Amino acid sequence: MARERQVLLRGGTVVDSTGSRLADVLVKGEVVVAVEAPGQSSEAPPGALALDAEGCAVAPGLVDLHAHLREPGMEEAETIETGSRAAALGGYTAVVAMPNTQPAADCAAVIRQVLELAKSACCDVRPAGAITVGREGKVLAPMAEMAAMGVRVFTDDGTGVQSAALMRRALEYATALGAVIADHCEDASLAGNGCMNEGQVSSLLGLLGRPAVSEEVMVLRDIALARLTGGRLHLLHVTTADALQAVRLAKAAGVPVTAEVTPHHLALTEEALRGYETVYKVNPPLRTLRDVVALRGALSEGTVDAIATDHAPHPPEAKDTSICDAAPGVVGLETALSVCLTELQLPLGTVLALMSWSPAKIAGLHPAHGGPIVAGAPANLCVVDLAKEWVVRPEQMASRSRNTPFAGRRLKGKVRHTLLAGEPVVVNEEPQR
Amino acid sequence: MAERERHANSGAAFRGRAVVMDAGDVQRATWRIAHEVIEHNRGAEHLVLVGLQGGGVWFASALASVISSVTQAQVPVGTLDIAYYRDDIGMRPVLPVGATEIPVALDGAIVVLCDDVLFTGRSVRAALNALSDLGRPAAVQLAVMVDRGHRELPVRPDFVGKNLPTRRSEMVDVSPQGVVLGDVIAAVEPGTSGGALRPEVAK
Amino acid sequence: MTPRHLLSVADLGALGIDEVLRLTDSFVEVGARPIPKVPALRGKTVVSLFFEDSTRTRLSFEAAARRLSADVMTFAGSSSSLNKGESLRDTVLTIEAMGVDAFVVRHSCGGVPAQVAGWLGAVGDASVVNAGDGAHEHPTQALLDCYTISRERERRFGAKAGRPQVLSGLQVAIIGDIRHSRVARSNVIAFAALGASVTLVAPPTLLPPSVQGWPAEVSHDVDGALAKCDVAYLLRLQNERMTEQFLPSVREYTALYGLTAERARLLGPSTLVMHPGPVRRGIEIAAEVVDSPSSVITTQVANGVAVRMAVLYLLLGSGAPVGA
Repeated sequence: MARERQVLLRGGTVVDSTGSRLADVLVKGEVVVAVEAPGQSSEAPPGALALDAEGCAVAPGLVDLHAHLREPGMEEAETIETGSRAAALGGYTAVVAMPNTQPAADCAAVIRQVLELAKSACCDVRPAGAITVGREGKVLAPMAEMAAMGVRVFTDDGTGVQSAALMRRALEYATALGAVIADHCEDASLAGNGCMNEGQVSSLLGLLGRPAVSEEVMVLRDIALARLTGGRLHLLHVTTADALQAVRLAKAAGVPVTAEVTPHHLALTEEALRGYETVYKVNPPLRTLRDVVALRGALSEGTVDAIATDHAPHPPEAKDTSICDAAPGVVGLETALSVCLTELQLPLGTVLALMSWSPAKIAGLHPAHGGPIVAGAPANLCVVDLAKEWVVRPEQMASRSRNTPFAGRRLKGKVRHTLLAGEPVVVNEEPQR
Repeated sequence: MAERERHANSGAAFRGRAVVMDAGDVQRATWRIAHEVIEHNRGAEHLVLVGLQGGGVWFASALASVISSVTQAQVPVGTLDIAYYRDDIGMRPVLPVGATEIPVALDGAIVVLCDDVLFTGRSVRAALNALSDLGRPAAVQLAVMVDRGHRELPVRPDFVGKNLPTRRSEMVDVSPQGVVLGDVIAAVEPGTSGGALRPEVAK
Repeated sequence: MTPRHLLSVADLGALGIDEVLRLTDSFVEVGARPIPKVPALRGKTVVSLFFEDSTRTRLSFEAAARRLSADVMTFAGSSSSLNKGESLRDTVLTIEAMGVDAFVVRHSCGGVPAQVAGWLGAVGDASVVNAGDGAHEHPTQALLDCYTISRERERRFGAKAGRPQVLSGLQVAIIGDIRHSRVARSNVIAFAALGASVTLVAPPTLLPPSVQGWPAEVSHDVDGALAKCDVAYLLRLQNERMTEQFLPSVREYTALYGLTAERARLLGPSTLVMHPGPVRRGIEIAAEVVDSPSSVITTQVANGVAVRMAVLYLLLGSGAPVGA
C-alpha cells in the first residue's frame, strides 16, 4: 500500500531554508519521518527503497511559477503528462500552468479540466487562471469562481494587460481573493511584431525589434497601480536592467511586487540570434549583455524573487520557418536548475531559494512545497548530483518538444531523484512513469 | 595556351631546360606562316585573324602585321577568350584571362584562329564553339607557332611554326622572344607563383 | 576558396567584389552578342525561390541563369501559398531532392537565405544566392551598383580606379528610408569595402535604431550631402511608412528629403544619380531628374543581368579562389 512505502535518501547533504547539514532522509508514505545525521541509522528499514544521494544535495522540490503545458488544445507541443514528466526530471515538484491554452483557462470548467488531467501528473500541477475572458484584455474573467477551486495566480501571459484601467480593477479585485496578479509586461504598440531585442544587433540583421521600453513602460505602470491599489503584483520574466531598477525602487518603497527572471535570460544575449536561428526567438527577447549582468547582479540582493522557466514548447514546424514567422519560446523545465548551477556563480542555498521556497511562497504553495525538510513535512524533494556533467541532447528530452536553446551545451549538476508526495517519480535520472 | 593558365592557377612554376627557337626563329616562322595564309586563301580578302586569349593574341597581331605589309590590305584582328566554353569547368578553377573583342561581323569571313601552342586540341574545340555563337564564318583555319602533339580530339592545324615532339609532362613556353621547352614544378607554398609564369632558362 | 553561398556582400570582401566586377565585364560582352549565351553552366539547375513578389529581380536572375545555359525552375508565391502544413524547411529540402545546384532566395523576412543555407548544408552541395531578405541585404543590387559607378565614371570621365578599391576617395550619399532598406545595408558594406565614404541621410524615424558599427556617417542635411557627393543614391519611399507613423506625410518627406529639380541643381557636374527602382517619380525623386543625363538608373537595370551571371558563374562554375 502507498501509505507503507518507505524511501531512504542516503548519503546526501540536506539543504533547505534553514541551512545545510549532512543527513539521511527517511520518507514514509507521503511525509518525511526522519532526518538524521549519517551513521545513526546505517541500516535501511526493511522494505525501504534506498536511493543513493552521495555527493548530492537533498533539497525541497523546485517550484516553477511559469510553465506552458499546452493542454487543453495544443497537445502536439506538450501535454500535462509529458510536461510534468519533464518537470520532475528537472527537480520540480510543483508547476504553475499558464492559462493560454485552447480554450483559455478563464473559467471554472477549464480549471476543472486541468485539475482532472493533473491528477496523474508527475508533479503538482497548479493551474493559473486568466485575468480576462479569453485573455482578450477586455472583460475581467470570473476570478472568484476560479479561486474557489484553488487558483492563486492570475495572468493573461502570452500578452500583457494593455488597458491600465483594467489592470487597476484586476489588482483591486484580487486583493479579496488572496491571489496575485501576474503580468507579462509588454506594451503591444511599442513592441509591434519584433522578433528580437531592438538595438545594434537587430539593426545589423535587418530584423524588426522589440525595444526594452516596451517592457519598462508596463513595469512602471503596473508598479504604480500596485502602489495605488495594494494588490499583489508579480512581474513575469523581467529582462531589462531598467525594469529591474524600477522593481528595486518599488520594493524599497514597500510596494507589494515580486519579480521573476528566466534561466535563458540569465545565460544568453541577443548575440545568439546573429545566425538567425529560430530556437533563440523568445518573448520577451534575449537582451543585451548589460541587461544580463544586471539580472545576475540582482539575484542575491532580493530584487529578484524567483527564477521561473517560462517553459514554452513548440512543434518543429513552428520553428522550421522564417524568424519572423517562427513561434517564440524555449523549453526549460529539464535544464533550468543545471543551467543556473553552471552559469551563475551563486551559493547553492541562494539558487534553491530562488527556485524552490521563494516561488512556493508567491504561489501560495509553501510549506507543502519548498518547506524545511523536517519530520512531518510533505515529502516533495529533489536530489541533485552537483558534480554530474552532462550534455543537453534535445532528442533525449522527455518534453514532447525539442526547442531548447541549450542543445549541445555541457552543464554541471543534474537531478538524480525526485520525490512527489513521497513517491519516487524520478530514480537515477529516469522517470518512473 | 590553356595549360599555362591551368598551371598558373594552381601556383606551379615553369623551369626552362632548352631553347628550341630564339626570337629570330619566331620572327621568321611568323613571316613564313603569314605568306602561307596569303597563298592558301589567294589573298587577304575576307580574312579575320582571331587570337586566343592569352597566348595567341600577340601571334595574331604579329601575323596581321606581316599580312598587311605584304598585301597592303588592313586585316582585322580580334581576341577570343574561351573560358566559358571550356570542357573542364567544375574540374578546376576556370576564369577568363582576357577580353573577347571581335571588331567585324564574322558571317562569311575566313577566320584564322591563332594560338601559341597546339596540344590536346580542347582549346580549339572550345574556340570553334565560341565562334559559332558569334557568327557563321565561311571557313575557320588554325595557325599555331608550336604543335607539341598529344592530340585528344580530331583537330589539326593548317599552319605550323614548328612541330615539336614533347613528353606529356613537359611544358612549352612561347613568346615573341622565343620558344622554351621545360618542366612544371609544383608549388611548395600554394599561391606564391599564381599568375603569369616566368620561364627561367637553365644554363 | 570559392565561396559556396552569397548571403551578404560582406562574404566577398573587397577582393571578392572586384572579382565579380571583372567577371561582369566579360558577361556584358556576352550580352552584346547576337546569341547572348555561353555554355558555362550547362547541366546545372538553378531554382528561384521567391517568397516575396519581385518580378524584375526574379526575371533578371532567371535570364542570367539561362544565358549561362543553366536550367531554371521557378517557385514564386507568397509564404502562405506554401502552407499545406509543409514547413519552409521541408519545402527547401523537397526541392533540393529534385537535384538543384543553386537556390536564388528572396523572402520578406531577414535571414531566410542563411537559414536555407544551413538546412542545405547537411544534405548536399547546393549554393544559395540572397536575392533580397527582408530589410537585411540585397547583395547583387550592391554589386551592380558598384559596377555601374565604377564603369560609368570610367566611361564618362575617364576615371581610372585602382583595384580592388575601385571607389576609393568617392563620397556617396544614400538618401531615404534607410531603416527598412536592404539595399542600403548591402551598399554601405560594399561601398565602404571598395574605399568610398558613405553618408546616410534620412529623417530620424527612418534611420535604424542603431547605426553603431556601420561604416557610414549620418546626416540630416540633404542639401549639404548632395553638394559634396560623387554619387547620390536615392531609396524608395513606401506608402506604409505613413500609415505606420514614421512620417507625417509624403509631401513633408519630399519637401525635406526629395531630390527635387531645385535640389538637383546642387549636384556637381560629375555626380551620378542612382536608384534601385522601382522609382516613384515626384516622391523621392523628381521626374526630370530621373531622365536627366546624371541619372544612371536605366544603366543599373541593364547591368543587373551581367552581374548576376558573374555571381552565378563564380559560385557554380569558376572553382576559383576568391579573396575575402
